[in-house]
Amino acid sequence: MATMTMVAALSSGLRHALDDDPTVVLIGEDIGRLGGVFRVTDGLQRDFGADRVMDAPLAEAGMVGVAVGLAYRGFRPVVEIQFDGFVYPAIDQLVTQVARIHYRTAGAVRMPITVRIPYGGGIGAVEHHSESPEAYFAHTPGLRVVTCAHPQDAHTMIRQAIACDDPVVFLEPKRRYWVKGEVDDGLALDPPLDRARVVVEGADVTLAAYGPLVVTARDAAIAALDDGLSVEVVDLRSLSPLDLDTLEASVRKTGRLVITHEAQRNGGLGAEIAASITDRCFDVLKAAPARVTGFDTPYPASKVEDHFLPDLDRLLDAVDRVMGRAHSLTGWRAS
Amino acid sequence: MLRSDVSPGRALPASASQETGAVSADDLVQLVTPDGVRHEDPVYDLMVTDVDDEQLTDLYEDLVVVRRFDTEAVALQRQGQIGLWPPLLGQEAAQVGSARALRSDDFVFTSYRENGVAYCRGALPTDLVRVWRGTALTGWDPRSIGMATPQVMVGAQTLHATGYALGCAKDGVDSVAVAYFGDGATSKGDVHEAMVFAASLAAPVIFFCQNNQWAISEPVGLQAQRPIADRAPGMGIPSIRVDGNDVLAVLAATRIALDRARRGDGPTFIEAVTYRIGPHTTSDDPTRYVDAADEASWVAKEPIARLERLLRARGALSDERASRIAQKADAFAAAMREGCYALPDPDPLSIFDDVFVDRHPALERQRSQHAAYLAMFEGGED
Repeated sequence: MATMTMVAALSSGLRHALDDDPTVVLIGEDIGRLGGVFRVTDGLQRDFGADRVMDAPLAEAGMVGVAVGLAYRGFRPVVEIQFDGFVYPAIDQLVTQVARIHYRTAGAVRMPITVRIPYGGGIGAVEHHSESPEAYFAHTPGLRVVTCAHPQDAHTMIRQAIACDDPVVFLEPKRRYWVKGEVDDGLALDPPLDRARVVVEGADVTLAAYGPLVVTARDAAIAALDDGLSVEVVDLRSLSPLDLDTLEASVRKTGRLVITHEAQRNGGLGAEIAASITDRCFDVLKAAPARVTGFDTPYPASKVEDHFLPDLDRLLDAVDRVMGRAHSLTGWRAS
Repeated sequence: MLRSDVSPGRALPASASQETGAVSADDLVQLVTPDGVRHEDPVYDLMVTDVDDEQLTDLYEDLVVVRRFDTEAVALQRQGQIGLWPPLLGQEAAQVGSARALRSDDFVFTSYRENGVAYCRGALPTDLVRVWRGTALTGWDPRSIGMATPQVMVGAQTLHATGYALGCAKDGVDSVAVAYFGDGATSKGDVHEAMVFAASLAAPVIFFCQNNQWAISEPVGLQAQRPIADRAPGMGIPSIRVDGNDVLAVLAATRIALDRARRGDGPTFIEAVTYRIGPHTTSDDPTRYVDAADEASWVAKEPIARLERLLRARGALSDERASRIAQKADAFAAAMREGCYALPDPDPLSIFDDVFVDRHPALERQRSQHAAYLAMFEGGED
């Protein structure tokens, strides 16, 4: 057990993967000598060689397409996309190739590719450096989409993702990169890659969050206690598939659901979760599920990004709404 | 005749990197003229010294078989037995000449039109129509014949070939990956990215472009204002422009590229200049855009007639042998037709198979729900 940042926890996870399996290769822009723009691969090329930690030409489709060929050959590539907004050129290869070659070949060829993407806002960045593209991937059959919220999950889940025989889009909440936490590298502390986890137990409202907003959701749960409300926080961890069983169990207990993500609302994960939980829990729901998300605008300039990003108060406002409290900031009532 | 070789004296057999003078019109590597005359070439002849009349006749047999089953597949489409077929009529030599240069441990990534390549790699008659009848998304297990499922997304496979080639190098073997694509694909970003990766990382890959003059209705001039082979040297990749209707020249060019790749000299780009005599697919209507006189000039250069003339002139192809070849071609086509008829429709619930390797609860739920739905109809007519 050691205390480390999420960056260090990811780096340690990658190091374990490179040590454990000689077919693991890392591909990315600036991941070699520089150690990646966030230093996640710091020292890995020095220790494992340029043959296994490969600096790639500046071509995202190229990196992912080359990873497909390496997987055909029996390798287990890990691709680093430098920033969320740079993944779009690679979406063609991800959607038309990576996601469906196992299906296309009737199971003959596996694509154990991990695509790491630093994502989300809150770091005062320029355009294309604060996006939350998870819904595009979650909508694509054949891809697994996961995200971590703290160093321990980052470490364990990146190792689980690399070991997984399916392609995994691995989303790293970059504004939590430098938050420290305890990390055990024994792989025993975390549930399987496709499971959600209850991180705060509560009785009145279920608050489903993932990635960068899990911390915000925990803060909201603590703040709600002052108001006499018991909020259960579920860290979804896996966005495709969704662990609806865990979420359903929570909602059956609380009867109320708030879902939050930084990504825009329209067609987002919140809609899928709300529909699925309504389908499963209609009989016990005391209010319609509420969503607290980014607005349906492009990601705004950094000086106003705090208005775009869900924060503690917006989460508490939604909690009030599903509780039917009249003093909700929006004045909207569930009943 | 390697264009703008970036590493003179290293990339080719000693004599080959020197200017050898015009071997044919249009700066094409050519060993057999359209009239069936063996054209001697001091460089490329060195690559085919082992090809005697018997082997040349074997190549002829491949061309005949490929054209025969390709024609049969078009008929199957016209009869409603398959939904679509992309004919390769006219491109037999480009496909056979290159594919027959390969070893079984090499790996090819092709587009959908390379059924002649698939035949040479060992695809069975029924394998060739499985996808087009709509009973599967792949005709074969890619690893069983060293050939990926043919790619529908134009140009995407060039990156896969490059990645596979890098894997060969990492594994320390001298196997080579070959990317087959057309002139239309050369406008794609994927193809350019593949060439950059291959050149910078010295991947043992061959970019084999069949310039068949057409991307559906668009002439090659819309994709390239200079010979396509000229594009590669700017990337640091030597290239060869070969008469794609000359099976012997294609074999020689591919062997040069293979030798370079196997000894660690990296990628080579081959432009095989050929002509798509038929439609893009059975759904296309080339009468809307093809000039008949232009087509006729290309038909006069098609690959099989010239080889037959050469073999007949040498006395290497008897009527009896030609008859046996025709019988073999007919038998292959008949097996393809019978296999096509016999292909069973997949089980409806098989649509849920192989989306993931590991378990996926949401998909299992959908499968069981759909199974229950289907079960409601069982016995419904009683």
